Amino acid sequence: MIRVVLPPHLRTLARINGEVSLEVSGPVTQRSILDALEARYPSLCGTIRDHDTQQRRAFLRFFVCEEDWSHESPDAPLPEAIANGREPFLIVGAIAGG
Amino acid sequence: MSKVRVLVGTKKGAFILESDGKREKWDVSGPHFAGWEIYHMKGSPADPNRIYASQTSGWFGQVIQRSSDGGKTWEAPGGDIKPGPEAMAGGKSNKFAYDTSPETGKPLTTHQWYDGTQHPWEFKRVWHIEPSYNDADTVFAGVEDAALFRSTDGGTTWHELSGLRGHGTGPKWQPGAGGMCLHTVILDRKDPGRIYIAISAAGAFRSDDGGKTWKPINRGLRSNYIPDPAAEIGHCVHHIAMHPSRPNTLFMQKHWDVMRSDDAGDNWHEISGNLPTDFGFVIDVHAHEPETIYVVPIKSDGEHFPLDGKLQVFRSRSGGNEWEPLTKGLPQSNCFVNVLRDAMAIDTMDSCGVYFGTTGGQVYASKDAGDNWSPIVRDLPAVLSVEVQTLP
Repeated sequence: MIRVVLPPHLRTLARINGEVSLEVSGPVTQRSILDALEARYPSLCGTIRDHDTQQRRAFLRFFVCEEDWSHESPDAPLPEAIANGREPFLIVGAIAGG
Repeated sequence: MSKVRVLVGTKKGAFILESDGKREKWDVSGPHFAGWEIYHMKGSPADPNRIYASQTSGWFGQVIQRSSDGGKTWEAPGGDIKPGPEAMAGGKSNKFAYDTSPETGKPLTTHQWYDGTQHPWEFKRVWHIEPSYNDADTVFAGVEDAALFRSTDGGTTWHELSGLRGHGTGPKWQPGAGGMCLHTVILDRKDPGRIYIAISAAGAFRSDDGGKTWKPINRGLRSNYIPDPAAEIGHCVHHIAMHPSRPNTLFMQKHWDVMRSDDAGDNWHEISGNLPTDFGFVIDVHAHEPETIYVVPIKSDGEHFPLDGKLQVFRSRSGGNEWEPLTKGLPQSNCFVNVLRDAMAIDTMDSCGVYFGTTGGQVYASKDAGDNWSPIVRDLPAVLSVEVQTLP
């Protein structure tokens, strides 16, 4: 099981309490995790990455095992700790703002 | 007895204020969508329990929310129900994709950027939602970067009416201080083909064929802050209001100047008259007196708060030029709030109610056409929009 942690506003939007657990088939990458997340929660489509370009929204970052993976290829394999659920895939909103 | 439902969009959520026809005691519900900016909410004339809301965020983008029970419960329309314990409606409703050129497949047009160069259209948010008079599932959305979209399936999917952006003046449009937003959409109850829209900073436009083709309607506007003050395109229109019984008469609050047209926007003339300043954002029309109009003068360019710290609504009962200040119940010292363009609304009770919200979080109401005011609430987040429904 893949564990995903979302910012509070997106948890509210998708009516999620706590972490999300996802089954991901095939290689575990940013893209495959986000595909599975959006399939489970369609209301998140467009809120994390652009509908058409699939680019990460500017004020969001992806953290993996305490490292910023935001600028890595979305198809790069993620560490085993993510694939086996030992560590969560973190989607983090920029702190600055009102 | 009739009742009223006031829909308030704020910087940090939506609030619904309800009262019976006396409009003395109010029930307040909210915040709905706490923490999100609610640019606008509006109820359907065809089914008052159908309400649409524009929920938006610089972080997470645009979501359209829909209620079918008068705002008690909400859904992001999308149709797909995923099986399982966390089942919920899907959310296709947040996809606003601009049309491309049918010949080339490339972007339809570009617009002028702040530095004068051309810039591609980039969707940011929905500023204004305008439900159809006849069908609760048909609704228009005015968006930033400026374009008009329509949904005919209750907000599930949206399609651009790209004749507006594509009619030829797009490269001259440019963003105002708040972005390049299409903020005003006015439908004609008797003529479904007629649509008025307004854009900052491009001007006003009209369609007579349901949104297929458009033309600028800015003759008579003068804006001294642009190179050609009488240009066809480039005016920073802040808001337009129309009385439903007179679809050819429009009232406009421009960046500077209060204007009037009696020929469906083909020609405008100034009606600022004795206003202490003709800058402002809101403008609206009395429900039963088509020549009675309201504005809130604001000090500008830089300040954007009431003159001398006195919050005053000005009313003209002669269709403009002669204005009277309405101050009873409004703060007359140390008041430095703004009233944004979509933050005034009118009910249709026999004694016409007028409502407006401020960036200080107050929503003021007058149940006697503006003679006396009192706050319904006074400590909400900054108010972005106010609409009112008069219910049986």
